[in-house]
Amino acid sequence: MSDVLEVTDETFEEQIVKSDLPAMVDFWAEWCGPCKMVGPVVAELAKEYEGKIRIAKMNVDENRQTPAKFGIRNIPTMILFKGGEVAQTIVGAYPKSHIEEELKKLL
Amino acid sequence: MKDLIIIGAGPAGLTAGLYAARARLEAVAFERLAPGGQVLNTDRVENYPGFPEGITGFELIDRMKRQAENFGLLIESREVVELELSPEKKVVVTDQGPEETKALILACGAVPRKLGIEGESLLTGKGVSYCATCDGFFFRDQEVAVIGGGDTAVEEAIFLTRFASKVHLIHRRDRLRAVRLLEERARAEEKISFIWDTVPLKIEGRNGVEGVRLKNVKTGEESLLPVSGVFVFIGYTPTTDLVKGLLELDQGGFVVTDEGMETSVPGVFAAGDIRSKALRQVSTAVGEGAAAAFSAEKYIENLKGR
Repeated sequence: MSDVLEVTDETFEEQIVKSDLPAMVDFWAEWCGPCKMVGPVVAELAKEYEGKIRIAKMNVDENRQTPAKFGIRNIPTMILFKGGEVAQTIVGAYPKSHIEEELKKLL
Repeated sequence: MKDLIIIGAGPAGLTAGLYAARARLEAVAFERLAPGGQVLNTDRVENYPGFPEGITGFELIDRMKRQAENFGLLIESREVVELELSPEKKVVVTDQGPEETKALILACGAVPRKLGIEGESLLTGKGVSYCATCDGFFFRDQEVAVIGGGDTAVEEAIFLTRFASKVHLIHRRDRLRAVRLLEERARAEEKISFIWDTVPLKIEGRNGVEGVRLKNVKTGEESLLPVSGVFVFIGYTPTTDLVKGLLELDQGGFVVTDEGMETSVPGVFAAGDIRSKALRQVSTAVGEGAAAAFSAEKYIENLKGR
């Protein structure tokens, strides 16, 4: 998961909301097993969609404001943004094909 | 053509892979996510022998994966989309194309069963959860309900007392199914209260869970329990979409096998949570994984003899 852009409460606005590209943020935490199962899938997608969709992750243990703002109560949760607005929310560890299907709708 | 394809890399699949690799079969495990499975939802595995202090699900899986890979098991990130199964021919169609194999082990596991009541889907992600270790954190100092009375329900109710101010354990019978040790722990926990003979009818709330409507199955009385989280642990649904109509399944949809883990199609084996059986544990999954790999090896040997 290490090569995926890490966003924080401080950088979220700049890197995601104001992003020129559509974006997806994977909300995760160290203690969350399913997050670790989906982590490598997110990393693969980040590589494949580089330059087209900004794919990032946020650690909910270290960043409390953004998850609270979006009412996140389950992880993994993936929020997809277009033009700074929430376009789709995926709750749970889904396989690559499912996430990719939603990503394609952003393009 | 491969000797053996294993679908799923949880405890059953990884153990089957370990045995297959040591038998020098040309084996590969396909996993659609990273290796793991249901065990990753557990905070600590306390009943897998060899780890007297317990071990986290993640650590246990990581060890199993490394052990299998040390002997040459290939684990590929692939999603299986279709299966063609007959005694003569087995084809596994994945997102990266089809792959023919001599033998197949299904170790795709199971997912938490849903209640199937109003409000459940709508509020998933907004207070309805199937994983206490993932989501307990979001319910600090709040009241939550846990539905179920088996090992998982009781274990997760105990885990949730770390965060929640109160945990209501709602069970449809008048006593738990969980193992005695867990029941003792739960009863000693002040934050846990038991609501017996009761089933949930509806989860209330719009933008988040506000409560759960309950019915006492003995008196018929209905009530509303105000909680901000509902954690559901009422068993598992097997991941068998791929094999419906191809293999014999039991009433619950689990794959039926013989003692050697062989399914109704020769050369197709099943191990772990997907199998029809009484006990779903890491300890049973690994035994079945080993047995399935052993049977697969014999099956492949017999093919050569023909």
